[in-house]
Amino acid sequence: MSKYVLERLQARFADQIEETHSKLGDDTAVLKRDRLVELLTFLRDDPDLAFNLPIDLTVVDWYQKREPRFEVVYHLYSTSKKHRVRLKVRVDEDDAVVPSSWPVWPGFDWYEREAWDLYGVRFEGHPNPTRIMMWEGFQGHPLRKDFPINRRQPLTTLLGEQK
Amino acid sequence: MGLESQLAGTFVGTRFSDALNWARKYSLFQYPFVTACCGMEFMATACSHYDISRFGAEIPRFSPRQADLLIVVGTVSHKLAPILKKVHDQMCDPKWVVAFGACASSGGFYDNYCTVQGIDTIIPVDVYIPGCPPRPEQVLDALMMLQEKIQAEPLEKQA
Repeated sequence: MSKYVLERLQARFADQIEETHSKLGDDTAVLKRDRLVELLTFLRDDPDLAFNLPIDLTVVDWYQKREPRFEVVYHLYSTSKKHRVRLKVRVDEDDAVVPSSWPVWPGFDWYEREAWDLYGVRFEGHPNPTRIMMWEGFQGHPLRKDFPINRRQPLTTLLGEQK
Repeated sequence: MGLESQLAGTFVGTRFSDALNWARKYSLFQYPFVTACCGMEFMATACSHYDISRFGAEIPRFSPRQADLLIVVGTVSHKLAPILKKVHDQMCDPKWVVAFGACASSGGFYDNYCTVQGIDTIIPVDVYIPGCPPRPEQVLDALMMLQEKIQAEPLEKQA
């Protein structure tokens, strides 16, 4: 459908692209993180690409199934060109850091905080890199596959204060 | 003289407790603490098909300070727990609590890192309603059980 987007990316950022694939109308590019912000800015500002709508940002945890362990997934849409693209950035557990896309699309602000909160992937350059769902003082990142299924951390401090 | 005062004291005391409990059990002002899908069943129970007002629990109050029955409807997360505790603390005595549905009673199938495993870990509960969600008949049954419980309460507890 919009292989054009991948072709444009290949032409300009060939060294940043690890692989691409298109299946059933879904176009995906797996990227390196080095020049990610520059690449995202290009996707937003190029008049023929014009990705002006950030749809989703999430993380996949391939614990003990793949290396590197984490995959940060971006979904983008262009309201004027009506095309979509999916981008993936693979990072390892020891070095789970990705440049923040907040300067490109401020709409990804809370998504990045959620990804940090639940998966522990850090977004460098985010203006407020704090937890968004779990409470302050929560230990660990609960959607990681190695988070113990029976670990409970009640909010005892707040409960105690109100007694 | 001695016998009369003894009898009169016993007689009046019992009647007062009965009358007070009778008045209380048929004028329950509920505070619906609705957090999840069980709320739809609560609304169904409150609306005209099942009509909870037939049982003397007609008016939901949206301030805990005006309510004496806290109905916790739905899943309570650990982050919400301090708020639930605060709402319960703000209610005046005498007060009662109903755990509405599986989640409020035991955490339900949310056996995970973020859900309170039953609100009785935070506040005292009088009646538990099972079901996911419970049918309105179960809610009315629970209400009648609570009314029995209120009727049986001794006077000294209410002082």
